Amino acid sequence: MKVERAVGRWLPLALMAAGAVMMVVGALRGEASAVLSKAVRVCLECIGIG
Amino acid sequence: MGKWRHAVQAAWALLTNGHLAGFVRGTLYRGRLKGLCVPGLNCYSCPGALGSCPVGALQSVLGSRKFGFSYYVVGFLLLVGALLGRFVCGWLCPFGLVQELLHKIPFKWKIYTFRGDRALRLVKYVVLAVLVLALPLFLTDASGQGTPWFCKLLCPAGTLEGGLPLMAADESIRSAAGGLFAWKAALLLAVLAACVVFFRPFCKYLCPLGAIYALFNPIAVFRSRVDDEKCTHCGACAQVCGMGVDPSKHPNDPECIRCGKCKRACPHDAIG
Repeated sequence: MKVERAVGRWLPLALMAAGAVMMVVGALRGEASAVLSKAVRVCLECIGIG
Repeated sequence: MGKWRHAVQAAWALLTNGHLAGFVRGTLYRGRLKGLCVPGLNCYSCPGALGSCPVGALQSVLGSRKFGFSYYVVGFLLLVGALLGRFVCGWLCPFGLVQELLHKIPFKWKIYTFRGDRALRLVKYVVLAVLVLALPLFLTDASGQGTPWFCKLLCPAGTLEGGLPLMAADESIRSAAGGLFAWKAALLLAVLAACVVFFRPFCKYLCPLGAIYALFNPIAVFRSRVDDEKCTHCGACAQVCGMGVDPSKHPNDPECIRCGKCKRACPHDAIG
């Protein structure tokens, strides 16, 4: 029970930390720029044209 | 808290779609903020959008020749999912707000559950696996570029938030509309009409972002607890839940969007 409670408490925090690290890694790889360059142009697929 | 929640939903939708001049000019916001994702389903081709839709961003990075995997967007979803789970759906998704407002239209034959309802909810995981992950990654053109298949074939938020406002403001986009737009407009109409009868049908059955956050609901920082000493299993909480959850049995059910209705309905203050 104690283990279960500890996992319940720490697992989301560990996942959040992993997520933050992954975001930094992704940004350093240039993914944020890729998202930006896609998002500032009209996405024809998204609006049902392309 | 019900009206308070709608106020938060509306304020968030306005805040993240604050480029109001874009609706008049038919142009998109092009600042650096757009490189950041917002937590909810919010098309980045909406003229007002100040951030990027995580589902669109994920498909665009997965489908690019250069990357093949997105640490940036997956990391964002991990961070937000582990913190909030489907609280995002209940409080921070503009398309969720649209669906809820439509459900307030009086209609005699509202349907809250039916045979096969729970099984049908698994479809959103198939949409996530096939249209968001597999097809953009593996079905590429000769240059190795993938297509955002979910956005292209299914997403009604893109048609509502991006397609219709851009068409209203831009003649060239209007004249380019063809069969695909007709399909997406028909799908949007079907979803909006279904919202009058069903509570949040797109969230329940089709939304891949809801599917991602649903996986985090049981372990997210923001989760519910039922005080077994106070709960009498009277069923009051289950009766008011639009998502068809019984919070007294499954307070962290993947379908719970944390709207808080059950907490208000509980006569024993057992849900925290």
